[in-house]
Amino acid sequence: MGPITRRLAGLENRKGWTAVLLTVLGFALVVPVLNMALEPGHPLHVPTYVVQLLGKYLCYAMLALALDLVWGFAGALSLGHGAFFALGGYVMGMYLMRQIGDRGVYGNAELPDFMVFLNWDSLPWYWMGFDSFAFTAVMVLIVPGVLAFVFGWLAFRSRITGVYFSIITQAMTYALMLAFFRNEMGFGGNNGLTDFKDILGFSMSRDSTKVGLYVATVLMLAAAYLAARFIVTSRLGRVLLAVRDAESRVRFLGHSVTGAKLFAFVVSAMIAGVAGALYVPQVGIINPSEFSPANSIEIAIWTAVGGRGTLFGPILGAMSVNAAKSFFTGVAPEVWLFFLGSLFVVVTLFLPKGLVGLFGLLKRRQRRAMPKASPTPAPKATEETHA
Amino acid sequence: MPENAVQQAPRHDVLAADSILYLDGVTVSFDGFKALNSLSFIVRPGEMRTIIGPNGAGKTTMMDVITGKTRPDEGTVLYDGNVDLTKHDEAAIANMGIGRKFQKPTVFENLTVFENLELALKGPRGTFAVLLARLMGEQRDRIDAVLGTIRLTDRAHTSAGALSHGQKQWLEIGMLFAQDPRFLMLDEPVAGMTDAETEQTAELLREIARDRSVLVVEHDMEFVRNLDCKVTVLHEGSVLAEGSLAKVQADERVIEVYLGR
Amino acid sequence: MSRIRSPQGLVALVCALLLAFVLAVAAALPARAADDAAFAQAVEALDQRSFAEKADAVSALAALGHPRTAPVLEALSAGQLFRHRGSERIVIGAYNGNTYALTDAVTGEDAGTESSSRKLAKIVANNTIRVQIENALGSLQLTSADPALRMSAARQALDNPSADAIPALSAAVEAEADAGVKALMERALAASRLMGEGAEAERIAAVETLADTTDPAIRALLTRVANDEAVAEPVRLAAADAVEAIDTRLAVLGVGQDLIFGLSAGSILLLAAIGLAITFGVMGVINMAHGEMIMLGAYTTFVVQQVFRATLPPEVFGLYLLVAIPAAFMVAGAVGVAMERGIIRFLNGRPLETLLATWGISLILQQAVRSIFGATNRQVANPDWMSGSVELLGLSLTANRIAIVLFALAVLAGLAAYLRWSSMGLNMRAVTQNRRMASAMGIPTGRVDALTFGLGSGIAGVAGVAISQVANVSPNLGQAYIVDSFLVVVFGGVGSLWGALAGAFSLGIVNKFLEPMAGAMLAKILVLVFIILFIQKRPRGLFALRGRAFEN
Repeated sequence: MGPITRRLAGLENRKGWTAVLLTVLGFALVVPVLNMALEPGHPLHVPTYVVQLLGKYLCYAMLALALDLVWGFAGALSLGHGAFFALGGYVMGMYLMRQIGDRGVYGNAELPDFMVFLNWDSLPWYWMGFDSFAFTAVMVLIVPGVLAFVFGWLAFRSRITGVYFSIITQAMTYALMLAFFRNEMGFGGNNGLTDFKDILGFSMSRDSTKVGLYVATVLMLAAAYLAARFIVTSRLGRVLLAVRDAESRVRFLGHSVTGAKLFAFVVSAMIAGVAGALYVPQVGIINPSEFSPANSIEIAIWTAVGGRGTLFGPILGAMSVNAAKSFFTGVAPEVWLFFLGSLFVVVTLFLPKGLVGLFGLLKRRQRRAMPKASPTPAPKATEETHA
Repeated sequence: MPENAVQQAPRHDVLAADSILYLDGVTVSFDGFKALNSLSFIVRPGEMRTIIGPNGAGKTTMMDVITGKTRPDEGTVLYDGNVDLTKHDEAAIANMGIGRKFQKPTVFENLTVFENLELALKGPRGTFAVLLARLMGEQRDRIDAVLGTIRLTDRAHTSAGALSHGQKQWLEIGMLFAQDPRFLMLDEPVAGMTDAETEQTAELLREIARDRSVLVVEHDMEFVRNLDCKVTVLHEGSVLAEGSLAKVQADERVIEVYLGR
Repeated sequence: MSRIRSPQGLVALVCALLLAFVLAVAAALPARAADDAAFAQAVEALDQRSFAEKADAVSALAALGHPRTAPVLEALSAGQLFRHRGSERIVIGAYNGNTYALTDAVTGEDAGTESSSRKLAKIVANNTIRVQIENALGSLQLTSADPALRMSAARQALDNPSADAIPALSAAVEAEADAGVKALMERALAASRLMGEGAEAERIAAVETLADTTDPAIRALLTRVANDEAVAEPVRLAAADAVEAIDTRLAVLGVGQDLIFGLSAGSILLLAAIGLAITFGVMGVINMAHGEMIMLGAYTTFVVQQVFRATLPPEVFGLYLLVAIPAAFMVAGAVGVAMERGIIRFLNGRPLETLLATWGISLILQQAVRSIFGATNRQVANPDWMSGSVELLGLSLTANRIAIVLFALAVLAGLAAYLRWSSMGLNMRAVTQNRRMASAMGIPTGRVDALTFGLGSGIAGVAGVAISQVANVSPNLGQAYIVDSFLVVVFGGVGSLWGALAGAFSLGIVNKFLEPMAGAMLAKILVLVFIILFIQKRPRGLFALRGRAFEN
């Protein structure tokens, strides 16, 4: 599966690169142009709400990609990735709250509305610095990264694997959810952070800002994709795959399983954090329910539907499952949970490699049908992936 | 018992001075069952040693202890005369130059044969070093050489999962070559092999054992005879007899254990 | 000493014994020792022209504490006390429209009827006297025949201690036979003495009597005395000591209370977790739909309850739980077996896939129940025998909590016995220890898996019956328990019933102890953090199974 996987992900040749580039350009350029250059009545016009919806899906795609890095490639199913996403979102939310300035309901330039409401007289220390976008951008990486580092170090060092790892990551996001529900935490309690006004000086209610956020999301997803690709095609990527398949054997070869997994977990958490940070300005709110364990499990199904252990799979999965969600919740909300539930069952039973695996299967069938088709060309994997 | 400790410290030093592996009084128990019961023996540098014993004699547990997988409840395990192996984990011990081949061939089935060898290849093991590692010409040559030795050159880029049982065994032996250990432990290297494969494997092992210390755990008496080296018989977690195969086969107690009189 | 509010249910035996004791005491109340002659004289003295003298007579009458005092004073207050011209007796006359029914005020005997109001001279009371009577009646209830009335009178005297009440209280204490009432009276008496102007030694003795309680009113009273500049130094010091002693006792009681609450919360966790522990232990897979099995059990209880309501007479309604328990076991167990046979077995023991698939099933089950029963909460009524409460050593315990603790332990014991002595139990233990070996020995692991899953799910269903008694029944019910029960299993050790027991009770108790200190949410967070750190040290839980088979 190794080389096939990577080929499906378009990793090994110039064609793959071109495909990635074209897809990115397609999403980053064509959609905004169709939105802004064409009149609303035009058949090819993409309405702004669709652009926003796409942006949201792309954030989910980035989140699924992040999960895939630890689950699909290192075999550790985190059921707490929603926590890293939400933390990134809260960090961005704090910046956006500071941008409101004195335009809040209470007109207090020093404190966000909810703090005024709680009779706080000064800004807590951990809110310092979030007036600066640069600081915020760094924190978007650092906050989820540090949590992942500490948590992952504790977990991987004591060799917590399999369902144990899943359970304690679930407990982690559950604990954080409870914590963020508390008003005393200083993150707006139940209501979370909302009523944002502008970002980097651009009003968030303007269509151009929304399109701009969308383009930023496409670019960040591409960057995350490339980062993930760099990792999985490196020798460390092969160590991760080896860990996934036979963890203890890797140790006997002298590789640090803890180190490899920790690295993947931290990078993954950072990607999830960036996804959350891009998500919040596009949906306009972040609240503790983003930490709920159910959300985190849903990420796993996006990844599984698309095909874990591939880089393209989770992106495809997140976008298609969420498109289905939007469709069902609009048409017949009560059917959605039946659908989602069945999806979990069907994918685990019949599609262990997801949609990407399905395509691969169809392709192979096709090839077998054609006589004398050359078998898998011996991939010179190691050589070219390092080029 | 401070006096004891004072006495023991120099004793280990002296006895372990010329050894690659030194076990003294190693005990491991699982819920009251003693898998190893005060096991003691010494392997000299460059020596090849065979360990035999009936099922449950503690052979696998012994290897688990040496490779850091299982911590002994008590006892001393020294490598190279002075390194306390009970204080290190599997990866660190592997990096000290102790290689292990499992009874059931364990290769990474989703990686290619080439990639399996690449992971085993001696070299820096730090996470970032591995992330940024590039395959150098000489490393490539080394892998190619190993591929030739284990006769898998033409299968270098197939998934290891697609190999036959015997080929997996060879791949694993090849990984040991690539790892280039100083001390090697082989758990039933010819189990489940055809006669021809057994013959080829024995050849490979002789090759690999030339300049290394080797510990072989084996059931196949014919194979043991071929190896022609000192034999240690384990029974119920401790050493029952030690010496040449002929000598231990003549030992009353060994006969009793094996024939279950 | 216990006091009973609900002499039924699981605690019926204990309660019935206590009730019998109380009734026996009430029946054996000794005849009043008060002097009837003195009483007659005092009643006579009520007929005075001067209100001041009349007030003195009321005081005298109240001080006597005669059983007839209360009716006489009540009559005086209500304007129904007369001197009957002719017999010259003091009588109580109740006007029934055209005649007065007369009762002799002194003896309480029937004194015939009188149709002419001219023959009755009313003994008049003014407002001052009415207030005086009201107060006096309060302490008069101290001698009432009804222990509950005496108890409340004593309570009243304790809450408003005054030196005036000393004589009545002393007399009442002397006469009291019910130990519980007597103890309260003694405290009321001590409180009254403390407020009085008695000798220093007497007041210190009173403080000492009061010190062995946890009563907030007494604590307040003692605090007031301890801080009162006007009170003599030794009394104040004694009072301060007593307050300290009460605080210590309150702290100890608080610990006891938390312990019991923790045990009851722990038993619910235990019920929720043991099913999970055995499926995880035997099959190595996690059933994310376990919470929904609990939910199904709760809804089964609801349905059984509705059937009982609709078809059976109300007298047998309390028995619906006895039907609900096996019904819930069967329903949830059947769903579990269907899940295992239909889906899980095809996943070949791949734990992560199983986790995701069962999560999918949980979503489907939730939505199915929501579609059938609606999204709103359903009420499951406690049967009468579970709705009372018992007070023990100053702790108030609700019967349903006690019942759940006992029920959880019974389920655990039953399960342990099943695993220990049945042949299927032996198979399960074998598969838990070493699946491959068990399979090689001819144990039908597929059958064992299906039955294990059914058993685990069935127990979850039974847990749902218990939970329906303390929580609302809603489609999301199971979600609330899933994370906690996982933590119990992880903490206790997989596949170990004792681990589940220890894990559930310690988590329940720790949570309850942290709650007052840190608040419910923070307590939960601390517990989660603790477990994450704990499995650093013991990755396989408290009661880990060890052996080579487990180390891979």
